[in-house]
Amino acid sequence: MAYSEKLLEHYENPRNVGSLDKNAQDVGTGLVGAPACGDVMKLQIRVNEQGVIEDAKFKTFGCGSAIASSSLATEWIKGKTLDEAEQIKNTQIAQQLALPPVKIHCSVLAEDAIKAAVADYRAKHARKDETAPQAAQ
Amino acid sequence: MVANGTTAAEKLNGDNRPKLPIYLDYQATTPCDPRVVEAMLPYFTEKFGNPHSRNHVYGWEAEDAVETARKQVASIIGADEKEVIFTSGATESNNLALKGVARFYKDKKNHLVTVATEHKCVLDSMRHLEEEGFKVTYLPVRKDGLLDLELLKGAITDKTVLVSVMAANNEIGVVQPLAEIGEICRARGVFFHTDAAQAVGKIPIDVKKMKIDLLSISGHKIYGPKGIGALYVGRKPRVRLQALITGGGQERGMRSGTLPTPLCVGLGAACAVAEKEMGAEAERLRMLRDRFYRQIKERLPDVYLNGDLEHRLPGNLNLSFAYVEGEGLMMGIKDLCVSSGSACTSASLEPSYVLRALGVEEDLAHTSLRIGFGRFTTEQDVDYAVEHIVSAVKRLRELSPLWEMAQEGIDIKSIQWTGH
Repeated sequence: MAYSEKLLEHYENPRNVGSLDKNAQDVGTGLVGAPACGDVMKLQIRVNEQGVIEDAKFKTFGCGSAIASSSLATEWIKGKTLDEAEQIKNTQIAQQLALPPVKIHCSVLAEDAIKAAVADYRAKHARKDETAPQAAQ
Repeated sequence: MVANGTTAAEKLNGDNRPKLPIYLDYQATTPCDPRVVEAMLPYFTEKFGNPHSRNHVYGWEAEDAVETARKQVASIIGADEKEVIFTSGATESNNLALKGVARFYKDKKNHLVTVATEHKCVLDSMRHLEEEGFKVTYLPVRKDGLLDLELLKGAITDKTVLVSVMAANNEIGVVQPLAEIGEICRARGVFFHTDAAQAVGKIPIDVKKMKIDLLSISGHKIYGPKGIGALYVGRKPRVRLQALITGGGQERGMRSGTLPTPLCVGLGAACAVAEKEMGAEAERLRMLRDRFYRQIKERLPDVYLNGDLEHRLPGNLNLSFAYVEGEGLMMGIKDLCVSSGSACTSASLEPSYVLRALGVEEDLAHTSLRIGFGRFTTEQDVDYAVEHIVSAVKRLRELSPLWEMAQEGIDIKSIQWTGH
């Protein structure tokens, strides 16, 4: 299977690898996938008071496409608002990395990871602060 | 490290540096040995005759070559040449042995026994026989990949016509106790077939001593050409089978079709070379394998060997590098050609059924690599591969949320995973 230059570049030089303090109030954590399925993504966001994602980190257990998809996802969500980040679709990731059909699920997982991180952040703030913006869905 | 300078690979490469990429997938296929190619070449051109032509010298010449090859194939398994028929490969041999025997004896017996870790072509032939009304017992294996002989004894009934147990497994290299299985089957009057595609030329096999009735051979697993294989069909006791391919009645009616003389010659030459060099080669491969495994274990924690080490092909390792997914790892070691038991390498999302049959957890099955050493592997190749794998595993573990959890003491099994 031949992979795209972009995919290989993200695999060789993944962006934003690492972890944020999952207990911090301004951090949202998404953990999706399962070891038994061969893919686990942990994607974390640090959100400022304006609701903008200031930092994003990831760690991924998976194939090269899964690593590249999550690397790209962190790159794209940095500087976006929570609402904007939630708009990112797996198809955009798949297209950017030219994922082969059998690897589309990697981009789906990356989209899920973003949504899970945003949801985690919102859940923390719904508990903490009734005035924080509520999740749209 | 300096190798002894006399390995076949160095003769081929002419220097001491590893040639990249390094091929470590000898259970998938092997290159043709140059000596094999040399033996084959005349039979493509000047000696092109049909070995079944009885009336002229071209035919006789080809027939002589084919019969010499048949003797060479018979010799490596301790058979008589009349007991060897040529096929297109081990897949055909397995199909013919299982379907051919089952169908021939179907009026008397309707039951077959095999093992969960068999090659797909055996399992799939069995499924087809089930559709035809045969009963098939699929025996489990132990954690070390070996068959429990007591289970085998218990599975054989008066209706059992054939037991099929592979000699050496293609993924984990585990070698089954053939002589013991042969003994059990002969005592019960049941035919014993073994898929020996991975074993012939690698470990000693003697069909008479091991009481094997049918045995499948592949050309391209033993440094011979692709597209040729053989089936040993014993004559004492006599095994009969119904042909799958009918026509001119070649190969004693068991497999019609003009024999591909150059491929037959190639298979014969490959067997002759293997028979002569097997002892020394096995010794050398075991040394390379142990060198590799020892260094990996010294330098990386949480690496697990799949399948028994002692009852194993000398050139095979199957290792799970915990917390690093196999295909992701292969992308990181692109100078090395290996295989993975991870789902991601195939169209299905299931990890290796062989590893699952051993009771390897799915998450560990996804982290497995099969590393195959062979005739042209050098010490330099091994050391280079170790360096490459160690650094890739370390890098990918730094990227792995599972490794992070393990370091924090979190049990991965305690987490509610979502799956997908």
